Amino acid sequence: METIYDVIIVGSGPAGLTAGLYTSRANLKTLCVAGEKWGGQLMLTTLVENYPGFSEGIQGPDLMASMRKQAEKFGVEVVEKDASEVDFTKRPFEVSTGSFNTSPHLGRSIIIATGAEFNWLNLPNEQRLIGRGVSSCATCDAAFFRGKKVVVVGGGDAAMEEALVLSRHATEIVIVHRRDKFRASKIMQDRVMADPKIRVIWNVEVKDVLGADKVEGVVLSDGQTLVTDGLFVAIGHSPATKIFAGKVSLGTRGYAQREGDKYWTMSNVPGVFVSGDVHDYTYRQAVTAAGYGCEAALDAERWLEEQKS
Amino acid sequence: MAAVNLTSGDFDDKVKTGWAMVDFWAEWCGPCKMSGPVIEELASEYTGKVLVGKVDVDAQPELASRFGVMSIPTVILYENGVEKGRQVGYAGKQGYLNLLASVKNL
Repeated sequence: METIYDVIIVGSGPAGLTAGLYTSRANLKTLCVAGEKWGGQLMLTTLVENYPGFSEGIQGPDLMASMRKQAEKFGVEVVEKDASEVDFTKRPFEVSTGSFNTSPHLGRSIIIATGAEFNWLNLPNEQRLIGRGVSSCATCDAAFFRGKKVVVVGGGDAAMEEALVLSRHATEIVIVHRRDKFRASKIMQDRVMADPKIRVIWNVEVKDVLGADKVEGVVLSDGQTLVTDGLFVAIGHSPATKIFAGKVSLGTRGYAQREGDKYWTMSNVPGVFVSGDVHDYTYRQAVTAAGYGCEAALDAERWLEEQKS
Repeated sequence: MAAVNLTSGDFDDKVKTGWAMVDFWAEWCGPCKMSGPVIEELASEYTGKVLVGKVDVDAQPELASRFGVMSIPTVILYENGVEKGRQVGYAGKQGYLNLLASVKNL
């Protein structure tokens, strides 16, 4: 007899792991389809200063490892596979992980917590130069730019963090932003503006990146070419909802919709719940994602209870 | 077998014959915390077929620069010391298996 889980969580960032913590503590048999790259966006950060409870801050990957351990302690099973396909027309619901010779995982309820994926600029030579000066992760790669010049693209908190991390290593950081002001939080903007190594070019976009074997420059929309050794892209994220298209209702930008009435976190499919950045365009914080994960877990628990009676 | 720590002193000697898969990593790199355990798994699964090695880019900056590694984790696959493929960024276990499969049916 194949295992039927009470809850299958798709995703393993703060939303997914918090949901798992709650469902497993409610004695619901829980599977977390974590993805090959588990842990979500915080795995690419350094010091997280705004997650409450850690007065000195905590390293993003350490926070996620701890959340995972906490969820597993109460019985969540974690599989490090990508969900490849879902079927929400059947009961129990099906979540496939695309491995050979394995049947789909079966769940009485689903919590979608796949979060958001990194956006590239889609420049002609961008993909070719990834790992050769083009990067999406200053915390991973900044040390390779000791004594070099770099360009950061973006205007949100992520771009500010990239620039500040790079400032510890590089000699000159240029932030290229397509608007005339940043969307980043005030405290991050202030740190950037106070950093003598960082300067900003406003109202300009990056059109292409130059270089044969490594980045040598970037072409800007005002026609100038900046000589640089690196291009760090931090222009935000899009919801990771590709596998859910046509399965649950998605909003205009592809965000999963919470449409429940009695259960606020429920999608348009009864028994399928939504939590975290996959539905949240507005707040997008680790702590809000964790909160949404908790909400979805409590809703799933109550909904499952209701199905029994 | 555990993944072998490679240094500029023994890199060429260890990698010059047969297949080798080398993970360039560092202590401060978040995604390397994910790739590390997967590389260890592959090391035991491919014992005798592929030498699975690790290069700490902080300790061995000249190896990183020699192979143009500017982003970590980067995993490079070598045959007889010649680069045959590379995966930049953490790709998950499947990503590394795909890298092996793309170059040779290992």
